[in-house]
Amino acid sequence: MTAPLDDPRRHDSGGGPPVPGPAEEEYRPSPLQREREAYLRRQTVRSVLIAAASTAVVGVALAAAVLGSPGWERVRATFFDPDVALDALPEVAAGLWLNLRLLVFCALGALALGLLVAVLRTLRGPVFFPLRALATGYTYGFRGAPLIIVLYLMTFGVPGLRLEGTPSVLVLGGIALVVTYGAYIAEVFRAGIESVHPGQIAAARSLGLTYRQAMRHVVLPQAVRRVSPPLLNDMVALQKDVGLISLAGPIDAIRAAQIATAETYNFTPYIVAGVLFILMAVPLVAVTDRITVRAARRQSADGAR
Amino acid sequence: MSGANPPADGADRPPLLALDGVRKEFGGSPVLRSLTLDVAEHEVVVLIGASGSGKSTLLRCINLLEPISDGSIRLDGEHITDPRVDPDRVRRRIGMVFQSYNLFPHMTVVDNITLAPRRVHGRPRAEAEEQARELLARVGLSDKASEYPDRLSGGQQQRAAIVRALVNTPRLLLLDEVTSALDPELVGEVLTLVQSLRADGMTMLLATHEMGFARSVADRVCFLDGGRILEQGPPEQVLDAPEHPRTRRFLQRFAEGGRL
Repeated sequence: MTAPLDDPRRHDSGGGPPVPGPAEEEYRPSPLQREREAYLRRQTVRSVLIAAASTAVVGVALAAAVLGSPGWERVRATFFDPDVALDALPEVAAGLWLNLRLLVFCALGALALGLLVAVLRTLRGPVFFPLRALATGYTYGFRGAPLIIVLYLMTFGVPGLRLEGTPSVLVLGGIALVVTYGAYIAEVFRAGIESVHPGQIAAARSLGLTYRQAMRHVVLPQAVRRVSPPLLNDMVALQKDVGLISLAGPIDAIRAAQIATAETYNFTPYIVAGVLFILMAVPLVAVTDRITVRAARRQSADGAR
Repeated sequence: MSGANPPADGADRPPLLALDGVRKEFGGSPVLRSLTLDVAEHEVVVLIGASGSGKSTLLRCINLLEPISDGSIRLDGEHITDPRVDPDRVRRRIGMVFQSYNLFPHMTVVDNITLAPRRVHGRPRAEAEEQARELLARVGLSDKASEYPDRLSGGQQQRAAIVRALVNTPRLLLLDEVTSALDPELVGEVLTLVQSLRADGMTMLLATHEMGFARSVADRVCFLDGGRILEQGPPEQVLDAPEHPRTRRFLQRFAEGGRL
């Protein structure tokens, strides 16, 4: 550091003379470094300009194609009528409240069911074979079954049995969502459980913790942290699929839009419902992104086990 | 240095740990073959041998992390490989420290240490934490109690892991290549800690590749080869004047690597 001219790293640079400053607090970038930074800045500006230009070209072309199309006027009137949108908004928004409540209950239910099934699938030993087989069969079956069919079976089939105390169609629809999503979430949890290093269980068991205690205090906390980004992504998918409850009859946002559309022969209420669904998703998506970034940062800082 | 086996305090007491004809197979191929070994109370026994000679497997079998394929293991005279014995109860009397520390990354150091006292022994948190902080002070980690493991150096993590194993006041401490994952300049701090445990009279069975460490801490050195104890005795005998040619060849390789 005291003899910068002898530093071998300086020789291949070919830039200006090294800065001779002896003390570190007086450090100023060398001309070479300043030149490098200026070049990188110019490159960044160029990339941004190119990206902006290409976006503008594509945008204008798309707008021209849609707005200049022969049928645009009719499409605009049937899908984007502001008066119809304003009229439909209260009904659709009231319906969305139902979607939101359904989302909260289904999310909690599906997470609980998923976690239970994932833990059941990790149990070893012949005693647990029936439970394990049941859990495995469940994840196989319900990941393959189309949600709409499960929904129809639950909301039209189960009431058809005319049993005493059959819950409302809304509850039955919620159960359909929970069992379908629970199967996906179980697999996410299982992946998380299996990603925890076996040394962690060995360490926990060697301290005298039982299998259940090791799972509860050591494995699951780490597994849940690791899979929280994909889990939240499943929650975003669920928040959209709660709209399918409209197929069974309850008046949610989409059902309300359908009713409004039937009254006016105008499809604008569906657009209103669609926009509201997107707005409902925005906070969840934002949280998911933030947690994903944080998880990635933690993972990269996690050098040692 | 009480010296060779059998230990000096006489034959009236059974050994703390007694392995008799222990065999362990993985998928049909034997890793341990008819292995017999006694460890007396307060004795420090060091296992040496090439990678794959069965050192780690032996320690994991003693801690019941692996079921043995034949033979028996006794701890304090109790047959712990009897299938009727509750393995969790046995493990509470044995501490184990791993090569890769295996601290729980989602807990602070002090929570790592107090997990077993709180959950297994049902002790109140305050009392467990006080004991943990005392032990941490002893190993020079007072200021790291509230840190997460990933903020600690390897040597600090391993010292914390040793404290975690000690907090149960085990009868026997198993150390599995506790310095193998450490940078050379961090090895010393862990070795010093193990030596101080020896001075306290802790019974230890440890596997290591550090011959200097084996020499300084062992009452007895066992050379494992092909799942058997090929040679055993005081460190000066086994390390300096090995009888068996395989032991000699093994030590020769270490001498060439400059690690003896």
